[in-house]
Amino acid sequence: MLMVLLVVVVLNFLMLHLAPGDIADTIAQTMGGADEQDMAELRKQYGLDQPFFIQLFNYVVKVALLDFGQSHFYNLPVFDLIMERFPATLLLVFSAQILSLFVGILLGVYAAQNPNGLSSLFVNMFSLFGYAAPVFWTGILLLIAFSLHIPIFPVSGMRDITIESGNFFVHFFDVLRHLFLPMITLASIFFAYYSRLCRASMLEVLGADFVRTAKAKGLSKKDVLLKHALKNSLSPVITFAGLSFSAVVSGAILVETVYSWPGLGTLAFNSIISRDTPVLLGILIFSTLMVTVGNLLTDLMLKALDPRIKI
Amino acid sequence: MEDLVSINNLNIEARTRAGTLKVVNDLSFTIKKSETLCVVGESGCGKSVTALSLMSLLPEGILKVSSGDILFDNTNLAQLSEAELEGIRGNEISMIFQEPMTSLNPLFTAGEQVSEVIRRHKNLNKEKAWASAVELLDAVKIPNPDKRAFDYPFQLSGGQRQRVMIAIALACQPKILIADEPTTALDVTIQAEILALINMLKQETGTAVMFITHDMAVVAQMADRVVVMHPGKKVEEGTVHEIFNNPQHEYTKSLLAAVPKLGEMASKKYPEPMRLVGEKKTKALKPIVGTNEPLLKVNNLVTRYPVKGGVLRRTIARVHAVEDVSFTIMKGKTLSLVGESGCGKSTVGRSLIRLVEPTSGNVNLDGQNILSLNPKDMREARSNIQMVFQDPFASLNPQRPLFDQVAEPLRNYGIVKREVLQEKIGDLFDRVKLPRSFMQRYPHELSGGQRQRIAIARALALNPKLIIADEAVSALDVSVQAQVLNLMMELQVDLGLSFLFISHDMAVVERVSHDVGVMYLGRLVEIGPRQAIFRNPQHPYTQDLLKAVPIADPDKRKSERELNFKPLPSPIHDLTHDPAPSEYKEVAKNHYLLTTDCGY
Repeated sequence: MLMVLLVVVVLNFLMLHLAPGDIADTIAQTMGGADEQDMAELRKQYGLDQPFFIQLFNYVVKVALLDFGQSHFYNLPVFDLIMERFPATLLLVFSAQILSLFVGILLGVYAAQNPNGLSSLFVNMFSLFGYAAPVFWTGILLLIAFSLHIPIFPVSGMRDITIESGNFFVHFFDVLRHLFLPMITLASIFFAYYSRLCRASMLEVLGADFVRTAKAKGLSKKDVLLKHALKNSLSPVITFAGLSFSAVVSGAILVETVYSWPGLGTLAFNSIISRDTPVLLGILIFSTLMVTVGNLLTDLMLKALDPRIKI
Repeated sequence: MEDLVSINNLNIEARTRAGTLKVVNDLSFTIKKSETLCVVGESGCGKSVTALSLMSLLPEGILKVSSGDILFDNTNLAQLSEAELEGIRGNEISMIFQEPMTSLNPLFTAGEQVSEVIRRHKNLNKEKAWASAVELLDAVKIPNPDKRAFDYPFQLSGGQRQRVMIAIALACQPKILIADEPTTALDVTIQAEILALINMLKQETGTAVMFITHDMAVVAQMADRVVVMHPGKKVEEGTVHEIFNNPQHEYTKSLLAAVPKLGEMASKKYPEPMRLVGEKKTKALKPIVGTNEPLLKVNNLVTRYPVKGGVLRRTIARVHAVEDVSFTIMKGKTLSLVGESGCGKSTVGRSLIRLVEPTSGNVNLDGQNILSLNPKDMREARSNIQMVFQDPFASLNPQRPLFDQVAEPLRNYGIVKREVLQEKIGDLFDRVKLPRSFMQRYPHELSGGQRQRIAIARALALNPKLIIADEAVSALDVSVQAQVLNLMMELQVDLGLSFLFISHDMAVVERVSHDVGVMYLGRLVEIGPRQAIFRNPQHPYTQDLLKAVPIADPDKRKSERELNFKPLPSPIHDLTHDPAPSEYKEVAKNHYLLTTDCGY
């Protein structure tokens, strides 16, 4: 896991380093142009005149000490900047992931009961829509619908600034209300995958010998389905959920931008535009961390589900 | 005695794309209280489907009872609601299945799976159900049942899993137990134990048993009465003695003729093909003499697999799969290796052509030391040794026409010109008695026996000197098995082939071999001429193994007292383990007995 992080840190640095232009160019641009001497001065200030490997080494050491440097744009420590936004993204990603898993599995089990029936067709259509529609399109559609026609959910931000006082629950429900649309939008792609996968996996398991054994024991349909079949068909869904965790994180960037959700996504978006390298690197490392932790959680969940798996 | 089950004019239809197909046709029979009825027939004859219809568990939308009725305890099952049927299943009618590996839910412990059925039907609380589950595991002779109840299926051996299945089936003292090929997937020793267990429990509880099998020897061991089925129909019914001593229907006769019976070759020095029903009586069955010229000499073959573990995936132990094995195969003769699963017999076969790399030893084929060849020469040498595998369904590529699959080794070695390839493949199809029109077909269009013929044709393509047949007929129905065995013996005479025949089926081995080697835990415990091994087994393991084989004769039943197998010890040892070399003593001419301790 540490290896993964180190490799990502190095790769990220390389990637940004190889891109044309640097922070000095950007600053010079915003200042309306600068001469050679000013440019050299700027580069020296940001350590850009050092040899490549020294820049890299300095960077890795700093990252290890949780020092991601200063944001060129906000002029704040990157770590503080990220920590300020991180909880919002975490909330969005996890709630969307849980919602899409829950809905996906529910629909998958429902569809598997009668694989050629009307309900199964409906679930398939629904899922097809889910992963065919680009997330920003779904987002904007929901945005229009809920801002113009049914204004029951707020369409941007995370908190209502008019609510200042009040106890914990007031704030809690306020965040929840704001979370609703971004969460639905982000979940809409993934529940489609999960429901298709769960349906296929359930269908396979329902044909297994031990399901026949369960029926031969005289268990009710519900027990056969939810106890014996579902538990066995979950592992591909959870494995895939773990793998797609990175896709959820990257999907979050788009969704956050659409709904102005104050998370890492909007921060990333802004820092790409302003070429704020340290911030961008910090975000990349944080999302890597999030994905690795997500994968670790997946492994632990699989282990808990299936005694045959050894880690 | 009173009828417990009576099936009247049962018809079952299958819905396929080609239309409806009658799977069971006008079937009627009864099962009396506390009797064992064996339903016997080959795959696809409708015996399992009949059993499932008795459980009212026919797969929905695929199979359907179209007419006729099934009375259980004077109740028509078709008139019961789903809830009432759920109350009967597992309670009054219960079932054990063929595959113990897949019939248990892998994610629940043995104890959970047994206690679940008790709680479902007996209204006991969790603790009491668990306690009675442990008692049941004890009754089916699982050692340390209070601890093993916490084991998951993957921690149990095949035999133990089938015992757990039996515990589940008998948990609620059912009136009838349906056993669908419960021992087909098990080793002969474990089969003997499971059969004895079912018989014992049956006597204790007085439950009736409907026993479904394709194996006439098992029928002879178990049945009070027998129903013989042949595509969807009952062709004969009678007591076990009537069926075995005086079969009436042609099909029953051919079924009995196709079963190799242990002991029937005792007076013959050389193997010979089986006489199948329908062949002319005048057709001479020529014994296969072979030569005394050695083809393959194996000396001190050792194969060990590493067991990796720890963070760095280092070798932490070794599986001693083959331990100091030596034997010789003569030109034109067959050596059989027998033993239980895990004894290393397949690894010997694979080591010979270096599909697994042996740890040490000597393999000499016609003067060429196989183990010292470089990869290029090894490739050439492999054309002399070909393999036929167990599963004809899995060992052919489903997406290539049969012509290509048989031609592949020829193209691979580039020894036959393209113009004559067609003719050569045609000859091979003739040889294995498949019509040439099959050349452009795909594997799914063929039956199991036909596929195995293709596998044999593929093995023959390179004119090998030795064919390694690894359980090559184990997956086939008896009548098909007999045909394939006869084909192999015919080819042996015509082409002077040698066979290394790897099998767990003692009766088949007796039929085909010149020499027999018995393996236990990686060692060859006894090797010698077939007659000597079968008539005068010296090693205690060989003796017990022969005792376990069911005999297709209802007068020679075995009781459980005769069986005392020890569980197979683990072949995994740590890196420092250095086993003693195998020492043999010659008890008779060419009959060698292991004197080193092999762990039995």
